[in-house]
Amino acid sequence: MYGNIMKSFLLGAAVLGVGSLAASAGTLDEVKAKGFVQCGVNGTGLAGFGAPDDQGNWKGLDVDYCRAVAAAVFGDPSKVKYTGLSAKERFTALQSKEIDLLARNSTATMSRDTQLGITFTGVNYYDGQGFMVKKSLGVSSAKELNGASVCVQSGTTTELNLADYFKANGLTFNAVVFEKQEEADAAYDAGRCDAYTTDASGLYSIRLKMTNPDDSLVLPEIISKEPLGPAVRQGDDQWESIVRWTGYALIIAEEFGVTQANVDEMKSSANPEVQRLLGVGAGVDFGTPIGLSKDWAINVIKGVGNYGEIFDRNVGAGSPLKIARGLNALWSKGGLQYAPPIR
Amino acid sequence: MTLRDNSHSGESRGLIRTVLYDPTVRGWTFQALVLVVLFGLAAWLIHNTVVNMRAANIPFGFDFLHMRAGFDISQRPIPYTVDSTHADVFMVGLLNTLIVSALGIFFATIIGFTVGISRLSKNWLLAKVATIYVETLRNVPLLLQLLFWYKAVLSVLPGPRQGLMLPFSSNLSNRGLTMPRPVVGDGFGLVVAAVVLGIIASVIVARWAKARQAATGQPFAIFQASAALIIGFPLVVFFLAGSPLTFEIPELKGFNYQGGMVVKPELMAMLFGLSLYTATFIAETVRAGILAISYGQTEAASALGLRNGQTMRLVIVPQAMRIIIPPLTSQYLNLTKNSSLALAIGYPDLVAVFAGSTLNISGRAIEVIGITMTVYLIISLATAALMNWFNARVALVER
Repeated sequence: MYGNIMKSFLLGAAVLGVGSLAASAGTLDEVKAKGFVQCGVNGTGLAGFGAPDDQGNWKGLDVDYCRAVAAAVFGDPSKVKYTGLSAKERFTALQSKEIDLLARNSTATMSRDTQLGITFTGVNYYDGQGFMVKKSLGVSSAKELNGASVCVQSGTTTELNLADYFKANGLTFNAVVFEKQEEADAAYDAGRCDAYTTDASGLYSIRLKMTNPDDSLVLPEIISKEPLGPAVRQGDDQWESIVRWTGYALIIAEEFGVTQANVDEMKSSANPEVQRLLGVGAGVDFGTPIGLSKDWAINVIKGVGNYGEIFDRNVGAGSPLKIARGLNALWSKGGLQYAPPIR
Repeated sequence: MTLRDNSHSGESRGLIRTVLYDPTVRGWTFQALVLVVLFGLAAWLIHNTVVNMRAANIPFGFDFLHMRAGFDISQRPIPYTVDSTHADVFMVGLLNTLIVSALGIFFATIIGFTVGISRLSKNWLLAKVATIYVETLRNVPLLLQLLFWYKAVLSVLPGPRQGLMLPFSSNLSNRGLTMPRPVVGDGFGLVVAAVVLGIIASVIVARWAKARQAATGQPFAIFQASAALIIGFPLVVFFLAGSPLTFEIPELKGFNYQGGMVVKPELMAMLFGLSLYTATFIAETVRAGILAISYGQTEAASALGLRNGQTMRLVIVPQAMRIIIPPLTSQYLNLTKNSSLALAIGYPDLVAVFAGSTLNISGRAIEVIGITMTVYLIISLATAALMNWFNARVALVER
């Protein structure tokens, strides 16, 4: 809408004006100076990933990533300010320094990683694109969607995968593209489209918002790889390391059974891996070299829990979405979540 | 430029004096200075942007226009596939913007003039209905109206399989209005030529008729003659050429109608919203223009024996147009710019596809927004130029 165009324009103007900032101090110093992390999250609200709850507090897997980084820097997960962004605005907001960190269910792709001046620091959710259709169509596979109208959100990898999939299978389709996810939802609900496509994690939460959720069905095909991850600006290696290793610390903590509840007891663990993670013991300090304190990982885990706890609370068994761990299980349990060791 | 008064003072002093006190030289000097400052500022801004973008590792350039776009657009006035480039996306978006603006201006003008004149009608009911329409629709934000019309269009219309069958194999459903598509055959060029000839001939006839009426006072049925020339003559040619026009009938295949022409619900909602909203402002402009003409003009026309219709057509409207056209131009420009609200309801205009999808896929925010703003500027300036030309033509020639 106009607002967004204006925003893009202002962001452009901001890039025009940052003459002196370009060569200035690193992001960590700026973040410390202002006293909070400015984090870009899903502005239209994607339940489980980034959306305000009924008290107006931001909740979700991505939001917890922001909180984890704040805990690593300040020892306090609440020192975050959120900027709600549309799919279209997100990378420009990061480029123009409006935000310090982007955690907005964004798919890491080669062009985004290499051509936009941004860097993806890891994957906090392995997703894939799927389809939802009205049951009344009698369709049981995405390959039967020849000639269908498909509702999709603009400016997403979804829009591109959709075109690729239909082309690869020799099918025709008609994309009905909306800027905001809720507009696409409403159009599908009103019968404008035969099918709706987005990341599989989103399909389940969107289906629940339909007038009659039982009238819709999620098709079995997953047509793409969607590694969703946080991103930072290119060229600030220190800040990139902090964001990257905050994510790794969450995974390592799950791997070694360090939880929000037992993190203090685990300080007396005899496991050297755990000692290195928590910065316990003489000369064990992995925080100071990246500009953090010795106990940075303790703060992270105390603040938000380990990866498993975050997953469970926001999208897994402890949430209304009830998504199975699947690809997001630890590598040792058949999933893809894997962190290099701290040493 | 001649230098005066430098006989007994130094060369430089004379120059300063000329610059300061000769109005022509002074004017040129300062305008040139302002121009230099302006260019300097622009150059500094551009340079700064490029340097900053390089420092932030963001590439700058327009090479992305030749890259494969890879996404679908629902309304394609020119051939477009997922393999087309971002430059094609730009063209498709631009044409879609022009289509919705041109159709919107057309409908808004008709509705606006009708409503504006209706508000002045002596028929109480008609005048009140027109007033209520104007006061309601111009006071509700356009974006809300667009969302309302889109929702209304979608919820009123049935699905494609239960669509309403209309005459001429047309079908109306929530996938749009599907119509047979005319397919031009051999010899259709003759028909087009006949239409052009008809138009030229009717212009000549009209001029002759006007001259005759001025000379002898005898009126001539120009309307009927023109109709026969522009419609009747090409029809005759059409049948003589063996009806070189067939229709591709849309068929329900799978989920949707295939073939034929489709007016999508997004375009319908855009036209409803833009035309009805802008028409309220046009109606007020028209009413103001007519009311600004002194009632004495009407009385004078009656005294000359002109009928009501003739008074309106020959005396009031030509004078009112002088007042109506400048604000009307602003309304046309507003409508064109408001068409960028299209992306809220999924109409693929320039802002939605180019400043939306292309911007996000290429990540070239500055370039894309720059191009988009330039395009709107050019469209607006062109519209304004056209309307100014028209205004100059209808302006009262003072003697």
